[in-house]
Amino acid sequence: MEPTPTPPAGARRTILIDPVTRIEGHAKITIHLGENGAVEGARFHVTEYRGFERFCEGRPFTEMAAITARICGICPVSHLLAAAKTGDRILSVTIPPTAVKLRRLLNLAQIIQSHALSFFHLSSPDFLLGWDSDPAKRNIFGLIAADPELARGGIRLRQFGQELIERLGGRKIHAAWAVPGGVRSPLDPADREAIQARLSEAFATTNAALDRFKGLLDGPLAVEAATFGCFPSLFMGLVGADGRWEHYDGDLRLIDAVGAVLAEALPQQQISEVLAEAVEPWTYLKFPYYRPLGPEAGSYRVGPLARLNVCTRIGTERADAELLELRQRGGRVVTSSFYYHLARLIEILAALEAIEALLDDPEICTRHVRAHAGVNTFEAVGVSEAPRGTLFHHYRVDANGLIEAVNLIIATGQNNRAMNLTITQIARTYIQPGQSEIAEGLLNRVEAGIRCFDPCLSCSTHAAGQMPLHVQLLGPGGELLSERWRD
Amino acid sequence: MSSPSVSTTGSINGKLRLATVWLAGCSGCHMSFLDLDEWLIELADCMDMVFSPVASDSKEYPQDVDLCLVEGGVANSDNLALILQVRARTRLLVSFGDCALSANVPGMRNMLGGAEPVLRRGYLELADDSGVMPHAPGIVPELLPQVLPLHEVVPVDFYLPGCPPSAARIRAFLEPLLRGEAPLMEGAEMIRFG
Repeated sequence: MEPTPTPPAGARRTILIDPVTRIEGHAKITIHLGENGAVEGARFHVTEYRGFERFCEGRPFTEMAAITARICGICPVSHLLAAAKTGDRILSVTIPPTAVKLRRLLNLAQIIQSHALSFFHLSSPDFLLGWDSDPAKRNIFGLIAADPELARGGIRLRQFGQELIERLGGRKIHAAWAVPGGVRSPLDPADREAIQARLSEAFATTNAALDRFKGLLDGPLAVEAATFGCFPSLFMGLVGADGRWEHYDGDLRLIDAVGAVLAEALPQQQISEVLAEAVEPWTYLKFPYYRPLGPEAGSYRVGPLARLNVCTRIGTERADAELLELRQRGGRVVTSSFYYHLARLIEILAALEAIEALLDDPEICTRHVRAHAGVNTFEAVGVSEAPRGTLFHHYRVDANGLIEAVNLIIATGQNNRAMNLTITQIARTYIQPGQSEIAEGLLNRVEAGIRCFDPCLSCSTHAAGQMPLHVQLLGPGGELLSERWRD
Repeated sequence: MSSPSVSTTGSINGKLRLATVWLAGCSGCHMSFLDLDEWLIELADCMDMVFSPVASDSKEYPQDVDLCLVEGGVANSDNLALILQVRARTRLLVSFGDCALSANVPGMRNMLGGAEPVLRRGYLELADDSGVMPHAPGIVPELLPQVLPLHEVVPVDFYLPGCPPSAARIRAFLEPLLRGEAPLMEGAEMIRFG
């Protein structure tokens, strides 16, 4: 790679990374350098928007699960569940206990497949092949060549989650199985046994990945752990009884950076009074915040690390041992975003233990799984924990159940400000004033700051765009001084 | 449809040069591609992935691509620029999944009178009262008035429908191509929507 041309002294520069790769969705990054070459800031630009909130108007609320699943092919289950839970409230029913357990099983399966994708397919090439390794091979296929056993394990772990989703809902992606009132079909005992038979391998793969990654955190990744988005913030997530880790139901808790509870049991049905969304002209991704504190002080993080920070404990033996170790490494409230990766592995372990328990539940194959009713409530909010954080669906319907208004607050959006802070911190760490050459590996580290959050941009804005990576040098008046393309 | 064959003349090692691209879709077709699971390991022996949002760090779509799976419809100015570049640099372009074939769910906004109403709802009415709309020429692409299926924008060589196409269907499509033969696109197993 050729060195970046040295700009004239005193020129401001903007570095453009386009597209950000090994993330789900379409985005660019700009890094803004001042006249002395110091990083003034960095911005994460989401470049897609599809407009679900408008075109769902007029549809029957019973279609919302199937339509909103198409927001995202990685976590369609999250939208199925949030739509179904909103639908339960519109019907005003309590769904059968087995339906709750089956929906939980579905969400746990999705947490495993989505986290496995993030860790093994998308992010581990950075850790295992190297930040500065050949970009042509720094991907899942490079990993297959370099470390076939680990790659196969990761592929099969993701497959475990996808297969469980298929056995419940009939297909791996966009299974329209969770519906208002429950789920469409019970679990077949033969499917239960088939999943049970694969659990031991899934545990073994997860434990091996945990050992491998913790070893890296104690060694070569210690620098990243200290500089990739390490800052105080609020954290939000669902918690269950006694403050335990939760993913499907429960109370919404907001804590600060030292673990003090700022708000317990936030009113989910009045969520628009609690959360607001700010808009910036340079991205399609909105910036949700906790309304009482305003856009900056009220910004918070969600997702795997937030869930582990807000809970008192997980409630299963092996995952709790890992949670304790996480807190020994990072503190009671872990504020480094790099630990999102470790939090994902711990959540996979927690999900496997929870699946094991649910499959042993004598009620799990009971055949009564759906409650039926008409429209009894005209406005409702459904909340669940998506792999990337707390997801809200908010519908208003008419007496015929046709949608009059929709608002969706998506997990990834809630990490928007944190993602911008993270890439700014990484750019400031690795780009020094007066530095004339910008190495590819450095830009990859900035992108990896985004990968910590495993953003799902299809979800978060509901469209698309890709252009080559392109570094431009702009003069103080914004004129182009020189440019360079990276392939 | 005629039976195009796959040449690997762009390759330096005799392997197929494969790319995947996503436009306006949900990434579900790419996830279904990853659902090929361990067959991906076999696939790695006979192809080079030269561009892919999930499986490559290449930032510029390369020259001499043998086969490209394109997910999603054409919804904004970035999609449009990329699909024109993809077509110019690719021998066989596959319209991959229902959004690429028909605009599908993203196309539900096509009846609403252009991009303006969907943008207003998302950013003015369902946001705090700052009155700001995303607008940053060169960084944030403008939405096109309508989401278009690929074949309305560029010539397409193969159609692989499904929402998403199952991994089994993707494999049944790719295997003949890897042998240099045209896949047989007929029957419910291969060409059903949804």
